[in-house]
Parts: sequence; C-alpha cells; structure tokens
Amino acid sequence: MATARPHATVEPWQDPNAEPILRIEGVTKTFGKVYAVDDVSLDIYRGEFFSLLGGSGCGKSTLLRVLGGFEIPDKGRVLIDGVDVTRVAPYERPVNMMFQSYALFPHMTVEQNIAFGLKQDGRARSEIEDRVAAMLDLVRMGQLGRRRPDQLSGGQRQRVALARALARSPKILLLDEPLGALDKKLREHTQFELVNIQEKVGTTFIMVTHDQEEAMTMSSRIAVMDAGRIVQVSTPSALYEYPANRFVAEFIGAVNTIAGTVVDAGEDRVVVRAHELGQDVVARAPQPIPVGTDVSIAIRPEKIDVREQPPSGEDNVVQGKVADIAYLGDVSIYHVRTDSGHVLRVQETHAARTADPHYQWGETLWLVWNAADAIVLAS
Amino acid sequence: MNGRKPFVLYTAMAFGYAFLYLPIVAVIAYSFNKSRMVTVWGGFSLKWYGELAGNTQILDAAQRSLLIAALTATLAVCLGTLAGLALARFGRFSGRNLLSLLTSAPLVMPEVMLGLSALLLFVSLEQLVGWPERRGLTTITIAHVTFCICYVTVIVRSRLVQMDHSVEEAAMDLGARPWKVFFVITLPLIAPALLAGWLLAFTLSLDDLVVSSFTSGPGASTLPMVIYSKVKLGVTPEINALATLVILFVAAGVTIAGWMLHRQGKATG
Amino acid sequence: MARPASHSSLWQLWHQVFTDLFRWIGVLGRELSSSRGRWVVLALPMLWLVAFFLVPFLLVLKISFASAVSGAQPPYSDMIGTAEDGALTLRFAIAGYQLLLTDSLYVTAYVNSLVFATVSTLGCLVLGYPIAYGIARASPAARAVLLVLVILPFWTSSLLRAYALIGILRTNGLLNQLLMGLGITDAPLVILHTDLAVYIGITYNYLPFMIMPLTANLMRLDFTLLEAAADLGARPLTSFLRITLPLSVPGIVAGSLLVFIPAVGEFVIPDLLGGPDALTIGRAIWTEFFSNRDWPMASAVAIAMLALIVVPMLVFEYVQDKRLEGDRR
Repeated sequence: MATARPHATVEPWQDPNAEPILRIEGVTKTFGKVYAVDDVSLDIYRGEFFSLLGGSGCGKSTLLRVLGGFEIPDKGRVLIDGVDVTRVAPYERPVNMMFQSYALFPHMTVEQNIAFGLKQDGRARSEIEDRVAAMLDLVRMGQLGRRRPDQLSGGQRQRVALARALARSPKILLLDEPLGALDKKLREHTQFELVNIQEKVGTTFIMVTHDQEEAMTMSSRIAVMDAGRIVQVSTPSALYEYPANRFVAEFIGAVNTIAGTVVDAGEDRVVVRAHELGQDVVARAPQPIPVGTDVSIAIRPEKIDVREQPPSGEDNVVQGKVADIAYLGDVSIYHVRTDSGHVLRVQETHAARTADPHYQWGETLWLVWNAADAIVLAS
Repeated sequence: MNGRKPFVLYTAMAFGYAFLYLPIVAVIAYSFNKSRMVTVWGGFSLKWYGELAGNTQILDAAQRSLLIAALTATLAVCLGTLAGLALARFGRFSGRNLLSLLTSAPLVMPEVMLGLSALLLFVSLEQLVGWPERRGLTTITIAHVTFCICYVTVIVRSRLVQMDHSVEEAAMDLGARPWKVFFVITLPLIAPALLAGWLLAFTLSLDDLVVSSFTSGPGASTLPMVIYSKVKLGVTPEINALATLVILFVAAGVTIAGWMLHRQGKATG
Repeated sequence: MARPASHSSLWQLWHQVFTDLFRWIGVLGRELSSSRGRWVVLALPMLWLVAFFLVPFLLVLKISFASAVSGAQPPYSDMIGTAEDGALTLRFAIAGYQLLLTDSLYVTAYVNSLVFATVSTLGCLVLGYPIAYGIARASPAARAVLLVLVILPFWTSSLLRAYALIGILRTNGLLNQLLMGLGITDAPLVILHTDLAVYIGITYNYLPFMIMPLTANLMRLDFTLLEAAADLGARPLTSFLRITLPLSVPGIVAGSLLVFIPAVGEFVIPDLLGGPDALTIGRAIWTEFFSNRDWPMASAVAIAMLALIVVPMLVFEYVQDKRLEGDRR
C-alpha cells in the first residue's frame, strides 16, 4: 500500500503555467438545509487519475453528479477546457460517467450498449462498428458482444460499463465507486486493470470512492472530503506521510494520535507535553507553532521501533507492556499499554519466516521513534 | 416445524380455495347442461351457446362494451403513464400534491359516487354548452377513463420507482435528449407495466356496471347492464354460457399476458 | 418529363404536408425535452382529472345543497337566483342532510352498510389469513401457482361472480343439495336474499383483496424468528400468537382497508343477493336517483357516505405514520 504510481514524473499541478482540463470554482450544492457540497474549488489536469475520497454522505457523489450535469450547483462554476458548463445538460457535455450500479440498458446487448452513445452522436455505421469492436478489445470482452447484461458476471458488467462510457472518447471520465459492487479478490485485480486502461487511453479519470486503499493504489492525486468540503488534496504518498489534520491522518491508514500541549518550540520541531503518556515527546512541525497550543501528534504504527532493552540516544522513548497481539501473516500488530494506561499500536514486519511472535503477551517493551516521523496536527 | 404437515392449515386453505372456485366451476358446468332447470343435470349440450349467438341484444351490448373497454384502456394508459412519470421523476413541483391526490382519490371512491358525479357533470355541461347531447359510448368512456387512470398511474409509478433511475441518467450522459431517453430507454423498460395497466383498465371497464348505468343513455346498454337486468329476473342457462365465455376470455388473456410479462421480466431483469 | 401543372402542384402540396408533419414532430420532440415539455406531461392528466373528477365531485357537493324540483330538467333548484328586486340570492337547502339524520330509512342504510362491510371484512380475514400464510410458507413453485389462483378471480367480473353465487345459495341450489344429500339438514335453508347471503357475497368478492397484501406481508416475515421461538420453548400456537400475528398487523390493516372501503359503497352484491330490506347506502343512492329522481337527496347521501370512508383512511394513515416512526427509531 501507499506507493504512488511510478508514472508521476510529470506533476502538472506543480506547474503554475499548466492549464487545468477541469476547474471547479466555489461550487456549493444544498438539498433543503443540508450542504451536500460546500464551497469546493479544485483544478484537475489532463491525464490525471483523480480520486474523491470520503465516507458516506461527505458530498463526493454529489460533486461527481455536478460534474456530470445531473445536479446544477446553487453557487459556483464548472469549467471544462476553459468553457463554462455549469448549466449545460448531461447530453451536451464532453464527459461521460460510469455509474455505481453500472446502469447498463437491460434490454440491449453488450454491443448495443456500447454503441448507444456513438449513435446519439450520429456517427456512421461502419465507424460505430469499428469503435465498438475496439472498445470490446480494450476491456477484453470480444467474445461477449451479443450477450445481454443479465447474462454477464459482475466483473463483466463492470467492464461493459467502462467500455460504454469510454466509447465516445470523453474529455473526462467520471467513475462512481467503479469497484464497489465487486468482491474483494476481483476488486484488487480490477484496480490494476483500470489503471492500465486509463494509461492506454490517456483520458482524465475522476473517481469517487470510500475505500482509501483503492484511492491510494490507483490515483495520481486524491481529494479527501468531509461534510461537503475538501480537507486536503495531495498525492497518495504525501497524504499518508503529511496529513493536513487529524481527520485525514485517521482516515488514511492506521495511526496513533496523542493529545498534548506545546511546551517548547524550535525551528521545525516542537516539544509537546503529552498528558496521556505522562511525558514529553518531540515531533516535527511543518510550520512554527506557539507555545501553549493544544495539538495532536500522529505516529504511524510502522514508524515505531520496538526494543527489548532500554535504549539510549533516541528522540522519543515510551515504556509499556504488550496487551494484544494480532498475527496478520505479513505483519503483526501489537497493542502496547504504557505505564500511564494509554495504548499504542505498533506494527512489525515479518522479514524472516518464523511461527512464533517476536514478543510475548505482557512483555515489557520500549517503543522508540524519530521526531521526524511524528507529525503535529491541528486538532 | 418443517416435515410435520400442519393439517389445520391445509384444511383451511382447501376450504378457502374451494370457496373461491366452486361457484365459478358450477356456472361453467351448468352452462353445458341440456336441461333448462338449473338444478337438474340433463346431459351435455351446447345449445345455450347457440342461443347466445343468436341473441342480438347481448351481442350488441358485448360489442359496445369491448369497444368502450379498449378505448378506455388505451386512453387511461396514455394519461396514467404521464401522471406516473410526473409523480415518479419530476421531483418536487407545484401541484404535485394535487396530482397525487387526484390520482389516488378515485381508488377509494365508491362506484356510486363516481357514477353520480360523472352524470351530474354531463347534465350540467349539456345545460351550459349543449354537449353531450345524448349520453352513451362517449360519456361512458370518459367516466371509465377517469377512474382507470388512477390504477395505471399506481402501476407505472411503482415500476418507475423500482427501476434504477441511473439507467435513464446513463442514456442522457451518453448524449440522448430527454424525449429520446423516454422512447428508447424508459418506455421499453416500463412496457410490462403499461401492458399490465392496459389489461387492468380493460377488465375494470368491461366489468363495470354502476358507473356505466349512471353515464349511459337510452339504447346504449353495456354488457354488464344487460346481464344485470337479466339476472334481476332470475338465473338463466344463457347467462351461464355468457359468464363462462367472459370468464374464460379474461382468464386466458390474463394468463397469456402474465406469461409474456414473465418472459420479458426474465429478459430485462 | 414534364408534369401537368395541376399534378405538379398537388404533388408539391403533399410534399409540403409531409415536410410540415415531420417538422412539427421534430418541434414536438424539442418541446418535450424542454421544461415546457414537462409541463405538457403534467398538464394532460391533471386537466383530465380536474375536469372529470374534481369538478364533478364539487358539483355533487353543490347539488346536495339544492332542493328537488320534480318535473324540471334537471330536477333540482338553482341555488343562485335573482330576487324580485334583481339582487342575487343564494339559497342553501340543508333539508337533505336533515332528512339523513332523522329519517330511519337512511339511518338504517348507513348502519346496514357498516355492518355488512365490517362482518365481511372479518370473514375475509378469517378465510384469507390461512391462505396467505400457506402461500407465504409454500415452496416458490407452489407459491406461484397458489398466488395465480388467488389473483385470477380478482380479474373476473364481480357481477358474474355474484351471479355465480346465486346458483350456489338459492333454495334449490348446490349448497342446499349438498347439505341435504349429506343429511345435515332435512329442509333447504333459506340463504339467498338474507343478510347472510350479503356477507358471503362480499367476502367472496373481496377475498383476493385481503389475501394479496397479507401474503406480501407474511412473505417478508423472517421465518427464522419462528425457529428461534421454538428453540426458546414456544409451542407452534404460542409462536403464532406471539410472533407471527403481531408482525402481520400491517398486512391485516392494509387488507382490511382494501376490503372495507369498497364494501361500504357496494351496490351490486346487496342488490342481487340481499333481501329487499337489505338497504345499503349504495342502494339508497341508486333508488333516490333512478326511481325517485331526487338528485339533491342522492348527492347528500353520497357526500355523507364519504365520512364512512375517510375515517378508516385516517386511522390507516395514523397507523402507517406510527409504524414509520417506529422504523426510524
């Protein structure tokens, strides 16, 4: 997990001169008194695989429907290639959507489904046939063009939906939980396939998902949403290593958070009095924080090192006893209860093959971590 | 509990089904009775069907009833589909509550009330604008359409609500304009509901006695009106034969339609 | 090839007609896709129902306050008239409504209608519950057959089914032949043209209306609940009374309403199966209208009948609301 796709050598969002293919300006959408999308602004660039990530009801699907033209925002604008499409009907937008339910037309064959959009554009019959065949090849469904949707498996339907949405060569493809209806094994496989197809066709993909692992694996960038607002936009690795706040830190992966008060502030590091641990800890601060501020410190479980003897010369040392052990095959998770009663989660990778856990239940351990690996979050 | 036969339950069910079917079976059986005496079995005969075929009053009324039923069903399906579409797909609009009320109130309105109110309207209209000059096929059809719309609306609306709305959105997303979405996607998918609605409206209209009696005029009797006046005079073997034909006709129609719907349901999920 | 001038113009005319036709169809299509198209979709059924349901209903309400004028066409008074000095007058006759409360004839009609509807609803429940329960617990194939058998009578004419019952219930009918053949009775029972015949008739006619919602409800019932009850020591009767019955109340309410409401206004069954004294609201309206030609009275009776229907509807709404609240909790 947590490795960005290697293609990201070019990062258009770093380039001040790059023209975004999609610009969202202050979009707000309310349903009654509920703010589904609350003043969202976002630039997305050509060729990106962009994810909108968040829990249910965070507004990610509404935002996607605004982009597709199914909801008209109360405020704000949507521009595609510099053209304002805020009030343009879905059937006149250069974007296509892959629906969560796939929304395949049940009374048409796979071929007819894929050809539907091309027919609406009034393309020549031979052109439509070629394009349909090419799309079937792209999603490896060449043999099944004559079938009806109800004769297909879930994974096959998903691929037909993808082919249908890509057939018109949209400028942007919108994907609403594209893997949500697949079982776990198939989902992992399809993640890579979807990324490969995206790289092959070069279309800009915008995906809505609630699954952080899915977003991390597939995306060039991720926007984390909560309560209708965008909390942070970053590459997957930056999101994991430098979460902007506690919500993001806890949403992406596992994390230990320790509450405390800043007692000493250096240039890029602070000393925090952690009441829950009954001791001071040193952490990295991205920007200067005044003494006396209440903060949270986030440490990823795999960043904590375990010692069986009291160590010396480390930034942070906390002593505790093993309270719980979970063996997960590739790693083990330990819950270590400190003398103050706080429980820290620690992850150990199994490099060598052994049937025994490294540490025993109730064993006294010393947990150490670098100041640079602990990050101070605004709470 | 499985395994052990719940004897009481089976007996009660058998009694219930016998209650539902015994009278119908008796009518069908006696329609083939040679004897005029309804209580005595005089041997098998088709003579009552022969007499039926020669009864112009009944044939005339049957023809009229079938015409009214077909017109009613067709008009009711058109209007009911529009109403169902508006209620299921237009979101909130002004007048939604009124439409919802108007499409459900006739369902609980007693037939006498529907018939009486329709007649009073026609009489007032005649006074005001001179139309309809005489009551008959047109007025009966209008009155029938009015209550049949509601049944069609209920059926179409519930089908539309069940249907995945994103299928229509997908068509729009792929470039189809709303009216094209309706004809190419929505209509084929709600076709079973339309057929069911048509059949229901057809049989409701074909069966109706009360509303027809109020809205009909001289010389425009429908089949139920003729049957009613004959039954008031007593049980006759001729009506047995007529009842048998109507029951078989409707049962066959419903069965074939049901089978078709089942097949289509399989095809379109 | 030169055409005769007239021919050519005729051809052009036809061409024009067809071009226009298609142009207008195109316009229609564009209209339907605009918001004006939505308006058309909405307006057509709305106008129809307002014109042929709402307005007539208000007419009935209006005429119920007029007074009868025999011999006139239509046979009721104008409510808005001009007095001798030319001023507009508005005359309300509430005589019809007064008569409803005082004349024992109408009071009897209302009581009869209520009794017929209530007893028949109970009859449908007693007969229909086992059938619905049996259908819900049957295997899918058997369930389909049993359901079709319930639905088929619903599609056949209620007039003809009432007629079929006459043949069964009459003095020398099948039922009496059967009873006497089995030696249960010596003399034929008089059932036809009694209140009992009306109960049987309405129950027979509306039984499918009770079974269908009940079956839908019982099919949703999780039968593992009964296994859990049995596992906890409940005997079949106990688990039926304590688990199945309470959970099927919504189905019972829905089915009862579907039977009760049309039964209150029923005309055909009391008229064909009941005795001359089995006067119901439906028959009262019919008689006032067709025999006595007292349209205001018929209208007043009809308006008052709605009260009998509105009350159970409100009860149903109340029950539904409470249930929805319960679901939300």
